[in-house]
Amino acid sequence: MISGTAVYVLWLREMKRFLRAKSRVVGALAMPLFFLAFLGMGFNRMAVPGMGGGVRYIQFLVPGILGMSLLFSSTMAGLSVLWDREFGFLKEIMVAPVSRVSIVVGRIAGGTTTALIQSVLILGISFGLGFKVINPIKFLLGLLFMFMIAVTFIGFGLIFASKMRDMQGFAIVMNFVIFPLFFLSGALYPLENLPRAVRILGYADPLTYGIDGLRGTLAGVSSFPIALDLGLMAGFSVVMIVLGAYFFEKSESV
Amino acid sequence: MTQDAIRVENLTKKFEDVTAVDGVSFGVPSGELFGLLGPNGAGKTTIINMLSTLLAPTSGRAEVAGFDIAARKDDVRRSIGIVFQEPALESKLTGRENLEFHAMMYGIGKAERRARMAEVLDLVELSDKAGTLVEKYSGGMKRRLEIARGLMHRPQVLFLDEPTLGLDAQTRRHIWDYIRKLNKEGGVTIILTTHYMEEADYLCGRTAIIDHGKFVALDTPDKLKDILGGDVVSLEIEGDPSRLLEALERTAWVKTSKLHDGVLSLTMEKGERRIPELINKAQALGLTVACVNLHKPSLEDVFIHFTGRTIRDKEGGVEERNRMIMRSHGRGPRGGRS
Repeated sequence: MISGTAVYVLWLREMKRFLRAKSRVVGALAMPLFFLAFLGMGFNRMAVPGMGGGVRYIQFLVPGILGMSLLFSSTMAGLSVLWDREFGFLKEIMVAPVSRVSIVVGRIAGGTTTALIQSVLILGISFGLGFKVINPIKFLLGLLFMFMIAVTFIGFGLIFASKMRDMQGFAIVMNFVIFPLFFLSGALYPLENLPRAVRILGYADPLTYGIDGLRGTLAGVSSFPIALDLGLMAGFSVVMIVLGAYFFEKSESV
Repeated sequence: MTQDAIRVENLTKKFEDVTAVDGVSFGVPSGELFGLLGPNGAGKTTIINMLSTLLAPTSGRAEVAGFDIAARKDDVRRSIGIVFQEPALESKLTGRENLEFHAMMYGIGKAERRARMAEVLDLVELSDKAGTLVEKYSGGMKRRLEIARGLMHRPQVLFLDEPTLGLDAQTRRHIWDYIRKLNKEGGVTIILTTHYMEEADYLCGRTAIIDHGKFVALDTPDKLKDILGGDVVSLEIEGDPSRLLEALERTAWVKTSKLHDGVLSLTMEKGERRIPELINKAQALGLTVACVNLHKPSLEDVFIHFTGRTIRDKEGGVEERNRMIMRSHGRGPRGGRS
């Protein structure tokens, strides 16, 4: 059913695009790094309310910014179907005699890899800003969380791409979907500080558990048990990918 | 395996309120070079998109290389090559990488891939540009690369959607010769859409004339032109041509004859072979022929005959223009039909 060669070549194409569009990489890294640098410096001396004492803000912030970077780059990877449709390349992919599942898996593989590369770069820079990883084994679990966030939001992007005919709806998705998901995820502040009604929305946001899991595994502070975060994120990943693949297959390529 | 490379029965595609393809039926025998001729928006690309599994028909059915386009999509996809109207290349990859991508999607092994890439690149004379990013290619180079790509997996049926659209005369001629060679020597069945009359005339074995989603005529270009009754020969006579007119009306090979403003207008087959005879007849009656004009009917005339308008009129028409605008703006509710 799934053609390994097709997945590989779709992945390879994403890698080449990524490496050849240096300005895109710089652009994608700039915003998370500005957030990290300025928020990190600005709130440096404050204790994080609702997180108990002794947690430096940078420890709290870095997992949130990693989640943010993953959210943006993965959703974009899913939405990039729109670019392919606009520039015609989608037709070349869709007339090929490979299963539609292979095409979706190839896209996820490519999008996940580029999103993870960007996150690892941000993580590397954050070490320079004073971020410390608590435990190397838990760090590996953190990478798993990053992977699951990426997969979830690529599926999410694919769903939106199948519902949009062009790039005009793109700004709407950015402003009314992606930014709210980001702010409701507790990336910058603990959800506990939000009013109850808003907090409930935050609990419905998959990114909340992804970032909490990253915080638990990388920085050692979390609102929920890591096992709960892990279970929920695994569930979200599977559901979003299945939905994304379903909608992708339903949508027409011309 | 059936004999027909393509069999289409009552194929229909509706986009919300517009019927783009309206109950079209035809068959294409293996090895034919078949043309779909019509103005932009006539439904040519929609037919190609349905036959290549990119669009699901609203009703009707079709077989490509013996496989049903709805039930056996992957078999259809394996059997066809397609050169799209608008470039469908990845501009951030080089020419060679685009071909490699294609070959791998079609499961062609590494050694075979190398050999075929060299072969098709040579064929379209892009070998020396294969390492350049496609974004640096000119329009003609992109199209040649697309054609090369469509041949990589040796398809039984090749769809060419407006293969020479927007190309200069020299490149166009080059691609025409190449398409012919492919069909004659390679035995590939080719379905070509075009709105260039001379292209259909030069290339196609049989041509369907399509207008508003329907076939209005289907035959070889020569037979289509014969419908018009042959060539038109106009004679300008010094003196009174009425006696000549009388003589010609009794001549068997003159199908119709008219006189207006001192010019005799005659229809006949093989007009160029009859001109000396016409001049002799005039001289026998003591008349001098001042001027002779021979007009061979073109597919353009055939198009006018069937639709009442020229193909260029159609393109300039309000309806057509609106469709074009819809397509360029947000590509409509479902873009890319023509």
